[in-house]
Amino acid sequence: MTLLSVQGLSVAIHSTPILSGVSFDMTQGQVFGLVGESGSGKSMTALALMGLLPRGAVAAGSARFQGQDLFALPEAALCRLRGRDIGMIFQEPMTALNPVMTIGNQVAETLRIHTGLSRREARAAARERLDRVGLPADRISLDRYPHELSGGQRQRVAIAMAVALRPALLIADEPTTALDVTTQAQILDLLGGLVDEQGMALLLITHDLAVVAERTDSVAVMRQGRIVEQGATEAVFRTRAQDYTRHLFAAASHIPPRAAPPRDKPLLTVDRAVRDYRLPRPRPFGPLPIVRAVDHVSLTIARGESVGLVGESGCGKSTLTRAILGLDPLQGGKIRLDGHTVGPNMPRAVRAGMQMVFQDPYGSFDPRWTVGRLVAEPFHLTGQPPDAQDRVAEALSEVGLTPEDAGKYIHEFSGGQRQRIAIARALITRPRLLVLDEPVSALDLRVRAQILDLLAGLQQDHGLSYLFISHDLSVVRQVTDRVLIMQAGRIVEEGPTGRVFAAPVHDQTRRLVAATPRIPSEMAPSRRLTRAPT
Amino acid sequence: MRVSLTLGLLLAGMALALALVSAIWTPHDIQAMALADKLNPPSPKHWLGTDQFGRDILSMLMVGARTTIAVALVAVGIGMAFGVPLGLWAAAVSGSGLDQAIMRGNDLIFAFPSLVIAILITAVFGPSAINAILAIGIFNIPVFARVTRAGALPLWTLDYVRAARIAGKGAARISLEHLLPNLMNLLIVQGTIQFSLGILAEAGLSYVGLGAQPPTPSWGRMLAEAQTLFAIAPHVAIFPGLAIVLTVLGLNLAGDGLRDALDPRLRRAR
Repeated sequence: MTLLSVQGLSVAIHSTPILSGVSFDMTQGQVFGLVGESGSGKSMTALALMGLLPRGAVAAGSARFQGQDLFALPEAALCRLRGRDIGMIFQEPMTALNPVMTIGNQVAETLRIHTGLSRREARAAARERLDRVGLPADRISLDRYPHELSGGQRQRVAIAMAVALRPALLIADEPTTALDVTTQAQILDLLGGLVDEQGMALLLITHDLAVVAERTDSVAVMRQGRIVEQGATEAVFRTRAQDYTRHLFAAASHIPPRAAPPRDKPLLTVDRAVRDYRLPRPRPFGPLPIVRAVDHVSLTIARGESVGLVGESGCGKSTLTRAILGLDPLQGGKIRLDGHTVGPNMPRAVRAGMQMVFQDPYGSFDPRWTVGRLVAEPFHLTGQPPDAQDRVAEALSEVGLTPEDAGKYIHEFSGGQRQRIAIARALITRPRLLVLDEPVSALDLRVRAQILDLLAGLQQDHGLSYLFISHDLSVVRQVTDRVLIMQAGRIVEEGPTGRVFAAPVHDQTRRLVAATPRIPSEMAPSRRLTRAPT
Repeated sequence: MRVSLTLGLLLAGMALALALVSAIWTPHDIQAMALADKLNPPSPKHWLGTDQFGRDILSMLMVGARTTIAVALVAVGIGMAFGVPLGLWAAAVSGSGLDQAIMRGNDLIFAFPSLVIAILITAVFGPSAINAILAIGIFNIPVFARVTRAGALPLWTLDYVRAARIAGKGAARISLEHLLPNLMNLLIVQGTIQFSLGILAEAGLSYVGLGAQPPTPSWGRMLAEAQTLFAIAPHVAIFPGLAIVLTVLGLNLAGDGLRDALDPRLRRAR
């Protein structure tokens, strides 16, 4: 039975078309995937269905949900519908929860708004819902606040709120993008279980083809506000009738061309490094609790080698990175770069030997500086060379931008371009080691492939060593020679990337590999279809 | 966006122009009393009327603008000059004993009302406009220190600050090159608020006789002296009041506009 039928949905904001002619149907108990790159209109489709379009947006077309047209309903009727019949969860679970309200009260509030439950009944019901989403009473009390929970637990609370009233339709907008692979798998399992139990339909919005392939019944591929193709997931992914779909798959499985790493002497050696943190005293005059974030970690990176460092959030990989970059002191062990000791007081010349590219292309640049000044900032380490301007122009050209871009401000660039600027900044002092902290996880598939190609090319040209930090195993697999698996401050497994992923030894590695979504091999297009003339 | 900046600069500029022109020319001598002409309503001879001593209110306003603007401006300057570096310093060493010492020292100043500080200073040095400036300025220091520290703390966790640290820059340089420009919008808005409060504080201090001393006019004192005459000659109170309101409004508008104009993200595409 058709639950939701969207016909010719178009949205324009200030007469700029955002969506045009989006049509799809969802049935009860169906998991429908909406996949596409950023700006393709996935989220806007969801907001239009919820009647939550931004100011100035005008929607046309129809969306019949359980027989009534959502666009024809007055706001009051939509309010009753939202939460009760249509639930929604968002990408960032922290901002979706009210930080000053306990989780029990937040779930109970949803229940009380739509039902006549008393406070006590609503809290009992909230307890039961939180139990269902995997937050049992003995571990997570109703009186906890959102900041006391992990990202995955917060997303569970958001799900408990969204499904509290057993809605017929749940819209999940990138529900796992901010989470680790293992947490992602658990959350997707939970959503799948709720669909099976309650006969709920799930509209899963994501940019991740593998998640769609594993978890959805039907899929629509979106591009520039239109649905490019849609149908049963397996059929669409097997056939790949449209060029755009094929490009997406090609980008997802893209492996940058790389030469075998030279077997050279180590550039970076980390020898039994220890990093402790002091926490605030639990009570006045009590002892200071100490957390060991990095626990006797040893590793080496050879010249020209790419090493992956993989672990869940909180495993200590960021702390280790900060120590390697010489930002924090060690409590034990030694880090050497090219024979020089690394630490907060190392000479500038040593510091110039390594640079970093950050995950978030939006937060890693001072918005008030021009690109030219930003890229030249690491010259602070070497002293401003007389040809600084030429060097900046050269660096920008090398990463595929133009020298004229030096005069612009960072907000004038897209995410992919910003990551190129970040790479230009990192290369300006001609370092030997580049620390890449999830450099492509915020980027779209096709942009991601371009950046990985760029990094591979630069490594070739300059003999760079890369330390590639990520929780995304598929990316690490594509670009590294060796991989280190980190858990609770220790390296639990290391070895050549291919071997570690093909035959993981440690339990944690097995868990990570098992949790990574992948496109099932039976969805690979048959030979006849790939060779078909286009 | 441009409208508020233009209007704000126009209003604030007018107050400044009045003050500057008064140095070389005023319509009437403000020292000259003419008791026969006291409390005249606005007329062609006295555009804004006369006060209880028959002095020309327009001339008084022009000369008073000098005192008032100077007191508020210098007081904000003192507050920023000491408060902003203290706040940046505290943020750079946040959580340490030094941070605690700086911020608790600020709390100590904050705990005294500016009036008490003014009385203290007056008791030692005698009443004058300069002492009013000092009192208001000292009171501004913890305000700017707190705003700066609170604004700088979240910036310290951002990736571009980490990038600067990886580029080998120390806390002082990062504070100056990255934090200060990004705190400018906060400081400009706080500055205009403190400027407005400074004008009002000067009025308050003058009212209790701790600010500018007669015969030097100031807007605050004009307003204070006019309050008992409001029933019989409202214009004596209305014009200085209007001058304060328009100047404060102009400064706030200019502050908002300036904040937007200085932010490259909000600049129009060239």
